[in-house]
Amino acid sequence: MGLETKLQSIPAIASKVEFFINWARKWSLFQYPFVTACCGMEFMSTACSHYDIARFGAEFPRFTPRQADFLLVVGTISHKQAPILRRVYEQMCAPKWVVAFGACACTGGFYDNYATVQGTDKVIPVDVYIPGCPPRPEMVLDGLMKLQDLIQKEKLDEHLTHPKYKPMMP
Amino acid sequence: MSIEAVEKVKARFPEAIEAAHSQAGDDTVRVHRDSWLEVLGFLRKPLGFDLFVDLTAVDYLDREEELPRFEVVVHLRNMATGKRIRVKSRLPESDPSIQSLSLLWKGANWFERECHEMYGILFKDSPDLRHLLLYPEFEGHPLRKDYPIDKRQPRIPLLASEERRFSRPADETPHGHDPRFQEKP
Amino acid sequence: MTVDSSKDLHTDYIEVMMGPSHPAMHGITQIKLYLDGETIISADVEPGYLHRGFEKECEDHRWNQIVPYTDRLNYVSPLINNVAYVMAVEKLCGIKPTPRCEYLRVILSEMNRLTDHLTCVGAAVMELGAFSGFLYFVKARELYYDLMESVTGARVTYAWTRVGGMRWDIPEGFEAQSYAATKETRRILKEIDGLFTKNRLFLDRVVDVGVISREDAISYGITGPFLRSTGVAYDVRKAHPYSAYNEFTFEIPVGENGDCYDRYKVRMAEMEQSMRIIEQALGKLPGGPVNVEDPRFIYPPKQAVYTTIEGMINHFRLVYDDVHPPKGEAYGYAEGGNGELGFYVVSDGGNKPVKCRVRPPCFPIVAAFGKILEGHMVADIVPIYGSVNMIGGEMDR
Repeated sequence: MGLETKLQSIPAIASKVEFFINWARKWSLFQYPFVTACCGMEFMSTACSHYDIARFGAEFPRFTPRQADFLLVVGTISHKQAPILRRVYEQMCAPKWVVAFGACACTGGFYDNYATVQGTDKVIPVDVYIPGCPPRPEMVLDGLMKLQDLIQKEKLDEHLTHPKYKPMMP
Repeated sequence: MSIEAVEKVKARFPEAIEAAHSQAGDDTVRVHRDSWLEVLGFLRKPLGFDLFVDLTAVDYLDREEELPRFEVVVHLRNMATGKRIRVKSRLPESDPSIQSLSLLWKGANWFERECHEMYGILFKDSPDLRHLLLYPEFEGHPLRKDYPIDKRQPRIPLLASEERRFSRPADETPHGHDPRFQEKP
Repeated sequence: MTVDSSKDLHTDYIEVMMGPSHPAMHGITQIKLYLDGETIISADVEPGYLHRGFEKECEDHRWNQIVPYTDRLNYVSPLINNVAYVMAVEKLCGIKPTPRCEYLRVILSEMNRLTDHLTCVGAAVMELGAFSGFLYFVKARELYYDLMESVTGARVTYAWTRVGGMRWDIPEGFEAQSYAATKETRRILKEIDGLFTKNRLFLDRVVDVGVISREDAISYGITGPFLRSTGVAYDVRKAHPYSAYNEFTFEIPVGENGDCYDRYKVRMAEMEQSMRIIEQALGKLPGGPVNVEDPRFIYPPKQAVYTTIEGMINHFRLVYDDVHPPKGEAYGYAEGGNGELGFYVVSDGGNKPVKCRVRPPCFPIVAAFGKILEGHMVADIVPIYGSVNMIGGEMDR
């Protein structure tokens, strides 16, 4: 947004505005759960009452990339699915983050063969990696908290300077 | 067991049956591929094997020299009596084609589509042999024994290389790339 | 005076991709729909977006190393896959597990059948709009995840069975926790029954929707709750009793019409029958060892490994070289959450399979799904697909 980037040049106001904007962003995350495989079961457990991702403000999934903040890649990405993942990522608006949930999304898991992409970071840039096969809900919440720390440290003109916002599709 | 089913098939098509066995309690019969459709049609209508359980193929590359390379395997079950039967047929590498079963059982079509893209077996007179689990740009038939497991065919240009860093072909030493164990030429 | 404008307006069919990344697609499947307004003229289902090369990995791994891969096939009821695979290999080898192992496999399989049905019906009602119903189902499911964690150490994927037995025995306090879990589940299921079974909103969405006839279902190769909802009482646990199932009394719930409401009722009734089996099995659980005493398949006790040379060599052989089933082929099958889950294994006497094929129960159901959709509206896709219980790991392998 134009006003934010202009404010970046006035450090005294920028740091305070940054603090409040990032605080608001990290406690009201809209997730896009790109659920493919078994990790979806632990995602469902995390989202429900026992482990309760709602206490972090991140409970409501937005199934359209236009409205989502972070893309939660849950489960294995196959080569057939990779173009769809890239297209969904490209359709999201800045600021956006990607969380790779599960061993298959981080590095391909134990499927090292013709069909599986060896990690989501081969397709789109990733911010937080949550390992586990599948990760316990407590680990997912820990990963979410690390994402919140990342968001808190962001600058106002991140979407102009960070290389992950460079378009990849022709 | 469905021994009597096998006996009835042998009585009706004496020259089509090549072998039969009951290992582990599963009745199996191997037929010649030219009588594939007749034998299975006979099993379905008069003998009542109406549940189409499974269709798959096995690649016996270099394992059984005296028989052709591919084997198509069909499992059936008779819902009325509960008997099961397995019917197989061998296909040579030069011409891996066999009649399709889609007119006899509706479920056969998807199983044949998968078998075709994984092994390259052509099902003649099939209504639909498009790809099912793989994408149209994929080349080759991955479940054949001579397709290497880590040959990658990405659909879009990737951000980094996917090469296996720790791959060990069968003839390399178990110690891999440790320089202390390399043989000096 | 009425105006018939259909002749003046240019109408055409719309092609809509109900694409792979969609909230109602239970993972990733693509349905290409040809629509006339809201009515579906034809639907072309394209699976395969989760194809992970299970069979190719099996040919590259040893027999016991395949067990973790089988977990990830039907990931809502993973132990049933483990049990079915190991049963196929044991059938080929000709060994029979111990009675205690059979009982434990039955108990843990039925708990996994409960998690399967709870997840399936929970996700189905969530997609119809009843999100709080999903929370009830997952609350019940957590009880079984905790139980499985106390036995195996993992909540979702267990890799629990081995050829000839299991990894280890159940811990102390398992029976008491199981009885508490079944009591709590019955209470939760009663609440859910009150929420949905006679709810006019729910009935309007699911009654007479997604009907399939008996002959079509058998011709497609459909088994499991989908087939039982059409009236065919085929359940592998009764028709071909395996493990210890012939020692328990339970019923097979059967529907009449083959629509989504019958499938919902069949699944709810099956959950009650599963709990009956668990309680009967816990009541008469036999003692004894969990693994069969065969040095070709099972590790010797650690005392023998550290003190005798034979024990050490046996242990080393099994770790390094794994089991060697005899040459031949076998088809072992069990009743999975969706139907007959079969494993066709081919061995040439080596420690890796020549072929390990899984016969996925939801594969023929999704093959029929495209045909069932014809004539329905777009909004009917959601309850029909919810009752199909497509599990991507199993269908695409």
